[in-house]
Amino acid sequence: MSTASRSLAGLGDLAAARKTSDGPDAPCKIEVESMNFYYGLTRALQDISIRIKPNVVTAFIGPSGCGKSTFLRTLNRMNDIIPGTRVEGRILIDSVDIYKSGMDVVQLRRRVGMVFQKSNPFPKSIFDNVAYGLRLNVIVKSKAELNERVEQSLTQAALWNEVKDRLHESALALSGGQQQRLCIARALAVRPDILLMDEPASALDPIATQRIEELVYDLKKTYTIAIVTHNMQQAARVSDHTAFFWLGRLVEYDRTEKIFTAPAEKLTEDYVTGRFG
Amino acid sequence: MDRQVPHFREELEALQGRLLEMGGLAEERVRAALYGLVTRDPAVINKVLSGDEPINQLHIEVDNRCFRLLALHQPMATDLRAIVAAVKINTDLERVGDLAVNIAEAAKRYIGHAPVKQLIDIPQMGDIAQAMLRDSLDAFVRRDTELAHKVLSEDDRLDSLKTQVFRDLLTHMLRNQSTVEPSLDLILISRHLERIGDHATNIAEDVIFMVSALDVRHHLAGSS
Repeated sequence: MSTASRSLAGLGDLAAARKTSDGPDAPCKIEVESMNFYYGLTRALQDISIRIKPNVVTAFIGPSGCGKSTFLRTLNRMNDIIPGTRVEGRILIDSVDIYKSGMDVVQLRRRVGMVFQKSNPFPKSIFDNVAYGLRLNVIVKSKAELNERVEQSLTQAALWNEVKDRLHESALALSGGQQQRLCIARALAVRPDILLMDEPASALDPIATQRIEELVYDLKKTYTIAIVTHNMQQAARVSDHTAFFWLGRLVEYDRTEKIFTAPAEKLTEDYVTGRFG
Repeated sequence: MDRQVPHFREELEALQGRLLEMGGLAEERVRAALYGLVTRDPAVINKVLSGDEPINQLHIEVDNRCFRLLALHQPMATDLRAIVAAVKINTDLERVGDLAVNIAEAAKRYIGHAPVKQLIDIPQMGDIAQAMLRDSLDAFVRRDTELAHKVLSEDDRLDSLKTQVFRDLLTHMLRNQSTVEPSLDLILISRHLERIGDHATNIAEDVIFMVSALDVRHHLAGSS
């Protein structure tokens, strides 16, 4: 069970578990066991169980209101900030229950970064946007290290070449697609190992969308990625596994190829072929 | 609410209609070529030889319809499998049309000679091949995997008859050298009919994949 307030302990467990999670025989990165989620008395997610391996992209699809974004937000406890929410069951990241008593939520959200539908750069310079989390968490020890980490993050987010000559200009002057990649760079700067993306390209034009999709493909070498999307072609293009949610339930979870060519469940079939939704 | 725009369903139905039309033409041409052979009627044979154009036109049209549906609607799951199946069935039917021409060519040469024997097995092969073709297309329209499996089982009968035709004609050729040329044409015709059965088998396999997502080609039992 979770409430909005959490203590800052539990950090050591998470870091120790992370060391053993690499390699081809790695255990699951994320394991969700019989999870129910409530907004007040309303059960928004019912009995969700799912196991996600490291370095794969998992797409969450389903009609509006099916619970996919709620589910995504349970993975870094973003729902904690909504009063009256409650979680039952277990969510393990690197075998550590992130809802256990004493979990450090700030540290958890550093490990499990998030990118939102609408890009939300701070009204600061490009550099300061990426440096923000690093400074806030006192992650780097020197100015040189800060510069290096900012460049690395912008490079990983495929934005460095476009902004390297104007790092100190306002982030708000960037295009929509660039702002979204800046937000990805900002999330990457604190070196998470899981990246949650909630419809990251839904407000972007096709070219900017393609850049984000290419980026997702590159980033999965380093990160485990979960992405919510309403665009089924996008889910088919970028993800390795797809989970279909309907009315708060996980209906089907399988290889993306299977979900989009021969789903096992009639509900999934009807949804991906556009017969409802 | 149904997200599928109505014209997608209509386009799929039109695509299916065109494939059936093509199947009907292909079957009719095989029937005519064999009728020309059995009745030794050059007019019927010549009509088959010069009449391949409608099937070729449909071949191109069906391909274009499939491309358009894939590009504009990006179908998924059963719809995707149906269109992929249509692309493959289209190729099979066009090949059946070509094989009807091949049969007519061999028949034309054959009737230039004295008959080698009374034709029994080849018309029987023709009946089986045409029935397989008809059933495979019925299975496609009705999404009937049971009928598709029946088509697959018929293929063995066709193969046995082809072997029987060959043995029978070999005896004739060994006995009388003047029958070699026409006998070879009959052997070729039996080979073409056996190939038509193979195309019907391909269509039946595509139907099974389209309906149940099972890949049964090359005796694979696994799913896609």
